[in-house]
Amino acid sequence: MNFLESVRIAMRALNANKVRSALTMLGVIIGVAAVILLVAIGTGVQDEVTGSIEGLGSNLIFVFAGNFEEGGSSGGGGIAIRKQFTIDDADMLQRRLGPEELVVPLVQGPAILKAGNRTMRSTLAAGNEHADAVFTAEYLGGRAYRRSEVAAASRVAVIGSTVRDRLFPHVDPVGRQMSVNGQRFTVIGHVASQGGSLTGDQDNQIYIPVTTAQRLLGSRDVSSIIVRASDPDKIDELQAQIRQVFTPSFGEEFSVFTQEQTLGILSQLLGTLTVMLAGIAGISLLVGGIGIMNIMLVSVSERTREIGIRKAVGAKTYDILSQFVIEAVVLSVAGGMVGIALGWSGALVLQQWVPTEVTAWAVALAFFFSAAVGVFFGVYPAYRASRLDPIVALRYE
Amino acid sequence: MPDEIHNPGATGVCADGRRAVLRAAGVSKRYILDEIVVNALNGVDLSICDGEMLAIMGPSGSGKSTLMHIIGLLDRPTEGTVVVEEEDVSRMAPNQLAAVRNKRIGFVFQAFNLLARTSALANVELPLVYAGMSGAARAERAKAALEQVGLGDRLGHHPSQLSGGQQQRVAIARALVTDPSIVLADEPTGNLDSRSGIEVMVILQQLNEQGITVVLVTHDESVARHAQRIVHIADGRVVREEILTERIFAADRMKLLDAEENLS
Repeated sequence: MNFLESVRIAMRALNANKVRSALTMLGVIIGVAAVILLVAIGTGVQDEVTGSIEGLGSNLIFVFAGNFEEGGSSGGGGIAIRKQFTIDDADMLQRRLGPEELVVPLVQGPAILKAGNRTMRSTLAAGNEHADAVFTAEYLGGRAYRRSEVAAASRVAVIGSTVRDRLFPHVDPVGRQMSVNGQRFTVIGHVASQGGSLTGDQDNQIYIPVTTAQRLLGSRDVSSIIVRASDPDKIDELQAQIRQVFTPSFGEEFSVFTQEQTLGILSQLLGTLTVMLAGIAGISLLVGGIGIMNIMLVSVSERTREIGIRKAVGAKTYDILSQFVIEAVVLSVAGGMVGIALGWSGALVLQQWVPTEVTAWAVALAFFFSAAVGVFFGVYPAYRASRLDPIVALRYE
Repeated sequence: MPDEIHNPGATGVCADGRRAVLRAAGVSKRYILDEIVVNALNGVDLSICDGEMLAIMGPSGSGKSTLMHIIGLLDRPTEGTVVVEEEDVSRMAPNQLAAVRNKRIGFVFQAFNLLARTSALANVELPLVYAGMSGAARAERAKAALEQVGLGDRLGHHPSQLSGGQQQRVAIARALVTDPSIVLADEPTGNLDSRSGIEVMVILQQLNEQGITVVLVTHDESVARHAQRIVHIADGRVVREEILTERIFAADRMKLLDAEENLS
């Protein structure tokens, strides 16, 4: 008996029990849809995060206090940072690297903003006069803060789009006053929306001079130092140079990451997360498979007589085995295809709230996994069917 | 004398020099049922001659069903040999038996045993499916077999849409379709009203006249007497064989029945 014949027989049997077949498929449908959907979310988030880092430009180098390279991942409690960078360290680095490369000391902190009777929580991101080389924001009005304002620790701010919409709706914010953590600031510019990023909502941020931020936060520390290379090919060379500069004063207690390394670490992290999500969804697929086995076992005992008839007229063990395995595979593959369609449309709908991306490998994986579930969980009932003694099967009522 | 003894069983020599399509020699079958040994068959010798119509008759518990399973190649004897068309099948593995069964034996069961929700044509095609035949040739042969039993106009009907007699005729077509050596009919009229039963016997006798070997397995003497020869089974043994000089012809009974119904 050929394969096509077996498929035809299987289809006829499934067609004869439509409701049962549909309910059995439901388990696989939900499993596959969950795999597709969760992997789509994982992949979507991963793409957006890495995209937002790549958006910063490929020629950035990040310098952090603390040794993240050794033991950073093993110490669950985090890293003890003995000594923080200061603006002086950034200035020294700028002098040693030369004016070609732009060095930006970065300070980040919480901020409570007030304008008129409106109040909101926000984040401040502070740098020096080269900050725009790192933040790469598009100005919709006004200007960036100048070197003199950094030197004087002036209370000027460039605001993100969320801040503008909340504090200054329907008006040009440039030249207006607002309070940041109780201090009076002048808005000198506002920038276009950039979407989310790994540091949260970039649009709900204000950009101020680093010196002003230190005063506001009452600290001389900077969170990190960012170096923008004049040429992406010089990244490795610069990384080595930066290490040379800080080793005398910091020893091992600092870390230098290139854009590429940061991306690598993040992708790895998010990749693991995606696989975990897929694994959780895979469990429901497994449960669906057990459902198939259950129904196939019921089906075998229900059709004992049919098996007897088939054997009496010449069906071999293999014919009965393949008939029932194919039935299980048809169930699971049909369920798989409906599940893919469902997961895919779900991902498209969810796109309004969460970044999602349906990848070819997730679809292929879900498809083959569901087929494998059919084979795996179909073999045992099929084996039982194929082993039935035709005499006993024919006598069965 | 109707009870003339002619036993080709041991020698395998049939009357008129015909060959035996199946020879069973010294066939025994023992089961172990709840630690008790049941001797279902004790040294049965039996030959089925080409083109004959034979009845195997015995009360329930006589071992007749076990013998039917063995000559139907559904089961293997514990002792003795079974030779079908010069091929020893007594020690064959189940899958080999399935292949021989598919080619050589056609079954007609008391309960029809058709596949539900499957058309008459597809039911008749079933043995050909397992013979590896496909496509138009298969449908053509199944159709011819159905026409042979007078159901050429019911090809697409499902068993539930057919009367008992018609279902049994589909089963006969299924038994015929592979052109087997033996058509083995187990109580073929057991589930039928008398008219349908006669109809089925008419068909079986017609087929036999066309040269097909038919074996009836029954406890019912009135069915057995449609054959040319009866083998009586009791306690797992062949106790008597008789060659019938006055067989029943189902076609005559049918005419009688028609006449009776016309009178009333």
